[in-house]
Amino acid sequence: MLQYAVSPSVRSRIDALDMDFNKFGLDKFGVSRDHVAAFYSLLEPFYRRYFRVKVFGIEHVPSAGRGMLICNHSGGVPADGGMLVSSIFFDHEPPRHVHGMVEKFAQTWPFVSPWFSKLGHLPGLPDNAIRLLEDDRLLMVFPEGAKGLGKLYRDRYQLERFGTGFMRIALQTGTPIIPVAFVGGEESMPTVFHARRLAKLVGAPYWPVPPYLVPVPMPLGCELHFGAPMHFDGNGNERDDVIERNVGQVKARVDDLIENGRRIHNTLRQGEESGG
Amino acid sequence: MKVLICGIASEHARLVALQLVERGHEVVGIDQRPWRDPPEGITVFQADVRKRPAEDVFRSQRPEAVIHMGTVSHFELSRDERYRINLGGTRAVIDNCAKYGVAHVIFVSRHTVYGAAADAPLFRTEQEPPLGGSTFPDLADLVAADLYAAQTIWRHPNISTAVLRMAYALGPKGRGTLANFLRGPRVPMVLGFDPLFQFMHDFDAASAITAAAEHTLSGVFNVAGPPPIPLSVLARHAGRTSVPMPESVLRRVLGKWGFPPLPVGAIPHLKYPVIVDDAAFRAATQFEHRYDDRAIIQEYREAHE
Repeated sequence: MLQYAVSPSVRSRIDALDMDFNKFGLDKFGVSRDHVAAFYSLLEPFYRRYFRVKVFGIEHVPSAGRGMLICNHSGGVPADGGMLVSSIFFDHEPPRHVHGMVEKFAQTWPFVSPWFSKLGHLPGLPDNAIRLLEDDRLLMVFPEGAKGLGKLYRDRYQLERFGTGFMRIALQTGTPIIPVAFVGGEESMPTVFHARRLAKLVGAPYWPVPPYLVPVPMPLGCELHFGAPMHFDGNGNERDDVIERNVGQVKARVDDLIENGRRIHNTLRQGEESGG
Repeated sequence: MKVLICGIASEHARLVALQLVERGHEVVGIDQRPWRDPPEGITVFQADVRKRPAEDVFRSQRPEAVIHMGTVSHFELSRDERYRINLGGTRAVIDNCAKYGVAHVIFVSRHTVYGAAADAPLFRTEQEPPLGGSTFPDLADLVAADLYAAQTIWRHPNISTAVLRMAYALGPKGRGTLANFLRGPRVPMVLGFDPLFQFMHDFDAASAITAAAEHTLSGVFNVAGPPPIPLSVLARHAGRTSVPMPESVLRRVLGKWGFPPLPVGAIPHLKYPVIVDDAAFRAATQFEHRYDDRAIIQEYREAHE
């Protein structure tokens, strides 16, 4: 039934993915070709029309081999992840499928958990990340964690502390890090406070509440800015201060991309408002 | 090589015995259940592995290798009987191996000893702790037997001991945990979940055990076949109707109206996957599975429509 939900543009690109699907349309991680196609078909209108995502520097993402996309969280809901994976599928040549690491609590959610599995978005455990990278996949990581999603509008684009696990994994697996900034999410989904009881009820870390109360992003334009790959020497067993220093460099690079991206974002919005 | 198989009357053990004979080994077996008219090259002694007549087999036959396949799962017997057979039986087999100079022991365990949990890595390596008993109490005896057998590696360093944590066997024989689960026309699922299931063909499972015996493996090894597939896909291709229902309802219908008699503790296995990384076993034995998922399911379906 899923094949009927696939858009023609997705159908043409799904065959170009560098993934080995078996007779059941599954790869060795249990990623389902039909689910991936349906997922991108679902994201396409959001990517193309709702958020009108523009990409800058996407050529920095490798065409083959492993890579770790390190991105900021922007906005109270994880639309940033959806737009990031869409950009690599729709606007990168050749198209590639990006794996995400999801919070462990998401595995206990009915209906959501099997979708994550069939899209290759595995629980955020080092073992899973290492295995994907050793298989030369692209991995998307939001090192701010859930805290990044919980930012209030007044703290927009202020990066939370970056976790350090991704750096040890990148060193251990010899994976280049591609810094990414997602800009526009904070404006499309401005969180003014958190409904803690609601969050507790559904087992989520936050329930963001925007000024218009419904936690759905507004259809405002967003941009993704990709930086040049960063390579670090080591094997993952370095001292904490060495790791922290490397992570600091990545964070600073993402911060630079955000700063630059916000300038571009404002120019683009001004152009839109003046009818350009 | 002279090989003693404990629990030889089970369908899977018979396959191992036949393969070993085919490859030029001599096979003797112990089982309480009969195997009438075994083929030439296989001698079967009807005895309880925990009792004196079984020890007499060790003494008189002097096997070089022992394959212990005499454990039972929750589908077959009550908890008390399982503890006696799985733990008491394993202890007796290993004691006899030590006493009568057996050089190589293979304990055939299950991949489910790792347990199903939301926060577990997708692929379990042998370094993962076997936590099956924590969420599924009816698996605790098998986890304990697995760990007890693994102790042999350091308790009896002169015995080369291999513990094989094997993925579900499925195929024409129709025996084993997964085959029993799929036996009825309807397969229960937890609404909103569709875990990956990993299984291997009956014949591939037997080939893997034979390979372990011939390579005199030592250590704990995961053994699997083709990559895993979701339970819904497995059920559909096996010609069964999957029936997703809320967990609270599922708990009440297990064992009724044609649904398999699963203990409530097994429900996490219907929500989260248990997938093993078998790279170490393949590297040590050059084992390669011959049957893919489709062929395995097809053969099971044809034999048990």
